[in-house]
Amino acid sequence: MVEVQFRFRDDEAVNDPAVTVDSFADQSNATAVRIEPGDDARALLPALDRIALVEVNFPAWTDGRGYSSARILREAGYAGELRAVGDVVIDMLGHLRRCGFDAFAPDKPLNEADASAAWSRWDNVYQATAVDGRQPIWAKRHPA
Amino acid sequence: MKILTGNDLKSGAVVWWTGVGWSLDVNDSADVGDHGAAIIAREEGAQNVFAAYVVDGARTDEGVRPSHIKERIRALGPTVRPDLTLKPSDPEAVNWVI
Amino acid sequence: MYKYDEYDHQMVATRVEEFRDQVRRRISGELTEDQFKPLRLQNGLYLQLHAYMLRVAIPYGTLSGAQMHLLGDIADKYDRGYGHFTTRQNIQYNWIKLDQTPDALAELATVEMHAIQTSGNCIRNISSDQFAGAAADEIVDPRPYAELLRQWSSFHPEFLVLPRKFKICVIASETDRAAMRLHDIGIKIVRNDAGELGAQFYAGGGMGRTPMIAPMIRDFVPLDQLITFSEACLRVYNRYGRRDNKYKARIKILVHELGRDEYVRQVEEEFAHLLTQPIEPPLAELERIRAHFTDPAFDPSAPDDLDLSDPDFRLWVERNTTAHKQPGYVIATISLKPIGGIPGDASADQIRLMAQLGRDYSFDELRVTHAQNIVLPHVRKADLHTVWQALDGAGLATPNLDMVGDIIACPGLDYCSLANARSIPLAQKISQRFASPEKQAEIGELKVKISGCINACGHHHAGHIGILGVDKKGLENYQLSFGGSEGADTSLARITGPGFTEDGVVDAVEKATQVYLANKQGEERFLDTYRRIGMDPFKEAIYG
Repeated sequence: MVEVQFRFRDDEAVNDPAVTVDSFADQSNATAVRIEPGDDARALLPALDRIALVEVNFPAWTDGRGYSSARILREAGYAGELRAVGDVVIDMLGHLRRCGFDAFAPDKPLNEADASAAWSRWDNVYQATAVDGRQPIWAKRHPA
Repeated sequence: MKILTGNDLKSGAVVWWTGVGWSLDVNDSADVGDHGAAIIAREEGAQNVFAAYVVDGARTDEGVRPSHIKERIRALGPTVRPDLTLKPSDPEAVNWVI
Repeated sequence: MYKYDEYDHQMVATRVEEFRDQVRRRISGELTEDQFKPLRLQNGLYLQLHAYMLRVAIPYGTLSGAQMHLLGDIADKYDRGYGHFTTRQNIQYNWIKLDQTPDALAELATVEMHAIQTSGNCIRNISSDQFAGAAADEIVDPRPYAELLRQWSSFHPEFLVLPRKFKICVIASETDRAAMRLHDIGIKIVRNDAGELGAQFYAGGGMGRTPMIAPMIRDFVPLDQLITFSEACLRVYNRYGRRDNKYKARIKILVHELGRDEYVRQVEEEFAHLLTQPIEPPLAELERIRAHFTDPAFDPSAPDDLDLSDPDFRLWVERNTTAHKQPGYVIATISLKPIGGIPGDASADQIRLMAQLGRDYSFDELRVTHAQNIVLPHVRKADLHTVWQALDGAGLATPNLDMVGDIIACPGLDYCSLANARSIPLAQKISQRFASPEKQAEIGELKVKISGCINACGHHHAGHIGILGVDKKGLENYQLSFGGSEGADTSLARITGPGFTEDGVVDAVEKATQVYLANKQGEERFLDTYRRIGMDPFKEAIYG
């Protein structure tokens, strides 16, 4: 199993084996699910409260469906661990985080110095994703 | 013959494999036979070149001529800007690509 | 025009530093070319046939004099003394060096310019009407909406790795000068029956190998839901656009395969959900942006008459100027299509001269058109002769706007690694064949568009006469088509028949103009006559 290299959560790490979205529906005791790019994240919404870990797989980082999957889960109130696995690259770390990911298990461990630069790169952001807790530039321009 | 072309990493310049190194001039091209893939792997690995590929060519009286017009234009430069080609002072050079 | 605040400056500066770091990792070998390629593309850096190419964004085609001036300086300092203005209202440099790119981008940032998302599978530069803010027929200036969308789409974390590139266009007048319905999303700002402004959305248009005209997907989106609706359109595409085949990955294929109604249903469902999320900027933000696009200080007493006694000047005024909404002013288009020249190319000196004219005579504003020309949007009629003289002295006063010589051409096989045939030499030959001003005048409006491959960067599907270069057993060959249009009457061109050699296609174009002139009724343009009489008489003349 691939190591979690970065984790932005205080709770205990979940290490239950993740089941596929299809088999999750039939396994009432599963607490960890793995979403592939073609899966519909909304299929998990009825059972969010019993999920502790969602892995979103990126077979190639250039397939961006996992970004929508992550945001959809967070928009629906999912509060458990959301882990990006697979081809996770330095240059997308900040964007993954903005879509709600809070744990990262790259196939190949990333250079720590480059990663740390990537986490702190963007002081400001143009959009509200509503799932990353960040205030967009337009909100700073027009304080309530 | 099989010849090998690629780009210089920093400048992007088109280069041709001479058998010992890389040249800007297609006429310096060596016939790589069926060693193209091995040379590419070694040279790209050493960061001497990138985006390298093998093309067909022929040795003619005028020098090495890539078989396809695309690589002939690649070798010479834009036909609509003779001043920016490898042969800026040769008004006939652009006819070579056709 | 829009001025950056501290946030905008910081975003662009951060991007320059991020890219500098990516280049460092590439040169050090930490990144392979396969890993680096999608990253450099997201920053407009291609590898072309001869060298790296950098595409710099010109958001909605609007530029200040200082920006234009720097584009000239960049051409001298980092390239070979010229630039190429594109059909996406951007500029490309053909000979950029990788290790110098971060410095070039840092210089561009000093005048609020960048290369962010000018390539790659992401939301590209937003295009718009080149006459925005000056046209007599616009409802409002479309650029504030384009700027709002520019900021929203810049580094949007969910939409950076879409199935394919994504082009958005915003217009706000009945006359479509920007080929709005040939974009992935086209937005037309409209008023509803209550007089409120809103956005009409079209989705799934595009050129490429499967040209499609975008259907309307919603007739009115209130302005305080503009971003949310756009986000719904993009999310459905990001989730369900095809990723198995690069050539079927554009949104037009999704809309086509689902059917317009099913795509709309999915977007509306996603939209209803996203309205529950606090993602829409307040209208105050749109108002803030709008305040940057107020009219310049027009002189209400500017004389409205023009001395046209000089015949050369008169010809240029007739061809290359357009009515302005303000009396005493005109919109002047600078043709980058000199007879026998390279469409869209301008030397560094020409770029700086245009910058100077923009500063001195057009309230410090210039525009780039999708037809690869430059516009001085607000010229006092009293200054027009002076402007024309300066242009004429620099080879920039060709009087051929929308005429047969005003050809759109992609870079083609002279520069592009995807091309199958050269486009520019063909454009040059056609332009020379019709060099005589009398001949051009007789033929009138005739839009010729040339692409060097099926990706259709030269918009050949939308040409009154469209030409597509193909590779026929290693030889350049050209397919001819008639009847395309990109305006309010958008239509796609039809292929005439078997292809031609380069000289053959020039002859065929000439024969087609003869058929037009022989059949023309009244004020008909080539396109109108073609639409009335159909393909057959043209085919007979060309192949008979």
